[in-house]
Amino acid sequence: MSSKICSVPFNGTAEQEAELLKVISERKHEKGSLMPILQKAQDIYGYLPIEVQKIISNEMDIPLEKIYGVATFYSQFALNPKGQYKISVCLGTACYVKGSGDIYAKLQEILGIEGGQCTPDGKFSLEACRCIGACGLAPVLTVNEDVYGRLTVDDVKDIIAKYSE
Amino acid sequence: MENINLKINGMAVSVPKGTTILEAAHSAHIDIPTLCFLKDINEIGACRICVVEAQEMRGPALGPKRLVASCVYPVSEGMEVSTNSPKVIDSRRKTLELILSTHDRKCLSCVRSGNCELQKLCKDMKVDDECAYEGEKVKYEIDNSAAHMYRDNNKCVLCRRCTAVCEKVQGIGVIGANERGFKTSITSAFEMGLGETSCVSCGQCIAVCPTGAISEKDYTTQVFEAIADPTKHVIVQTAPAVRAGLGECFGYPIGTDVEGKMVAALRRLGFDKVFDTDFSADLTIMEEANEFIDRVKNGGKLPLITSCSPGWVKYCEHYFPDMTENLSSCKSPQQMFGAIVKSYYAEKEGIDPKDIVSVSIMPCTAKKFEIGRDDEGRDGMADVDIALTTRELGRMIERAGINFNALPDEKYDDPLGIGTGAGVIFGATGGVMEAALRTAVETLTGEELADVNFTDVRGVEGIKEATYNVAGMDVKVAVASGLANARELLKKVQSGEADYQFIEIMGCPGGCVNGGGQPQVHASVRNFNDIREMRAKVLYNLDEKNAIRKSHENPVIKELYATYLGEPGSHKAHELLHTTYVKRSVN
Repeated sequence: MSSKICSVPFNGTAEQEAELLKVISERKHEKGSLMPILQKAQDIYGYLPIEVQKIISNEMDIPLEKIYGVATFYSQFALNPKGQYKISVCLGTACYVKGSGDIYAKLQEILGIEGGQCTPDGKFSLEACRCIGACGLAPVLTVNEDVYGRLTVDDVKDIIAKYSE
Repeated sequence: MENINLKINGMAVSVPKGTTILEAAHSAHIDIPTLCFLKDINEIGACRICVVEAQEMRGPALGPKRLVASCVYPVSEGMEVSTNSPKVIDSRRKTLELILSTHDRKCLSCVRSGNCELQKLCKDMKVDDECAYEGEKVKYEIDNSAAHMYRDNNKCVLCRRCTAVCEKVQGIGVIGANERGFKTSITSAFEMGLGETSCVSCGQCIAVCPTGAISEKDYTTQVFEAIADPTKHVIVQTAPAVRAGLGECFGYPIGTDVEGKMVAALRRLGFDKVFDTDFSADLTIMEEANEFIDRVKNGGKLPLITSCSPGWVKYCEHYFPDMTENLSSCKSPQQMFGAIVKSYYAEKEGIDPKDIVSVSIMPCTAKKFEIGRDDEGRDGMADVDIALTTRELGRMIERAGINFNALPDEKYDDPLGIGTGAGVIFGATGGVMEAALRTAVETLTGEELADVNFTDVRGVEGIKEATYNVAGMDVKVAVASGLANARELLKKVQSGEADYQFIEIMGCPGGCVNGGGQPQVHASVRNFNDIREMRAKVLYNLDEKNAIRKSHENPVIKELYATYLGEPGSHKAHELLHTTYVKRSVN
């Protein structure tokens, strides 16, 4: 089985854990409190790795699997952290028609990760997004605040190289 | 209670308020087909196979006809239901066609072929074309990571019966629905293999799966090979509950005793000796009753908790690691049997234990995990080499072309084929406790019991308690089956709310008769019958019929101690028959 446990090392601090434990102890007896606790945990850590889900599971006496089920049901929850460089590939209609699907696939190949994941060194994270309003430049991707347009699959390597130093 | 009057297919039916349409129809001898529904366990109305057309009263007149899920839809006064109109059948057929569109339709070689609920529904609803809808399919990797079973999501219909039984009945919840929409699949947290989770190997998920998506790891080929090897002495032991379940594989009604035919079949399969785990159940009682008395007299750790059920033992190690010292150090009857075969029996018969292949037939999937535990076996030799489920034995008998139903009743071989009534009731919840009490009470009082029946600990309730005055001392006992019940009981022990001295816990609800390795019973039968009770009855009847009903009166046991082991709890007994446990984490 290919595990979905995040390959980026977990860097949670004691302060973050204390904050999470406080939230859980305040809310755990409320009915339906798992969702707000997960949201708060994501605010604290930026994502919901197994280490964080295990804390919630132990404290709330809810099986880890159940928490994982909720975390994967809602797309707003992330299992992986964002990288130092967050790459978003537009898969909106115009970009898609212009071949952004191939660009997205090439990025997955070069970075060795799937969409939604982060490289083990924490440098790059990759995600697909919908129209960013730059259809005239289709196909488009962004790296943090930088926008790259009129791309071909061959451009991808150079863009990654630029941020790799 | 208030009754509701309605019409089902034009027939007047009167049922108590709160009854579902499904139950009301059953009372009128109409079984509406279901797929996801498991009574009291999975009542989610999700699969839409059980839809019926229902019209309800709106003011003075009937409202419009609507398709509703009969498994969860309550009846109402004046309601008119049609369970088999063309619209209903068409809806069910479409649902099935859509399920099939992403189903791995390798039915010919599927382990559930002939006993698959999906297959039966397709046939009953006249699904003519398995390929009515072809579209995107997801190819799932088969999860082989657990010792006892595999999961093949390519055959999963997402009914969630397995996840419901795991979470609600067993209180574990290591499998569940992850992701959403088309990507939904039943897996473990973070897509870990089941073997990496705190799955306890109970196999209750297998017992309730309607298709071939979950099944035990099949070792029947290895057994056929061992039997064919002339250098091997292949012995087989059969657990108490197997004789109460195996008949179902051959069309016998639930609760038929097929002990004699089973022995005859095993002999015809070619096993060199056919023995009975009832014998080592008696041996377990000798050791466990002795351990209990020792702990009581010498201030040992109490309550003593039975260790026969490997699913329960693994659960304790994962979820109550602080209580592993409460577990009896006795190996399970399967393992004790194996240890005796490769020591006492091998010496007696002059066989090199390395040439023995020790096979067990168990109602259990956790037994497959147990035989490979580091703390079992001796000198690099496993106590038991291959553990098969009742279902696997059924398949072996079919493959070998043995006409099971025509077989004569035959008897087990000597000497390890003699068990008492106390041994055979091990297969039902409360049976180990009752057997232990029969021996412990006589040992403590030195007097013969006037009545060997301890009926307070019988029955299928999840938690049972009783107090017995033995030799001037109150002995408080409790019995739990199903791990959610075990958890409830142990929480009380931990909090100090309960002060039992002796507890029996079985991993599966109702005990081994309802084990994860027993023949699968279609939901249409399970939902309206208590299979635990029906199978347990076989064992209590056998107990009653047995001339010897106390483990310490088993003549083979007496000889074993007199000539080999010394006495219960002896050094030799410890070396062969006792084990240790580990503490595990929760995943």
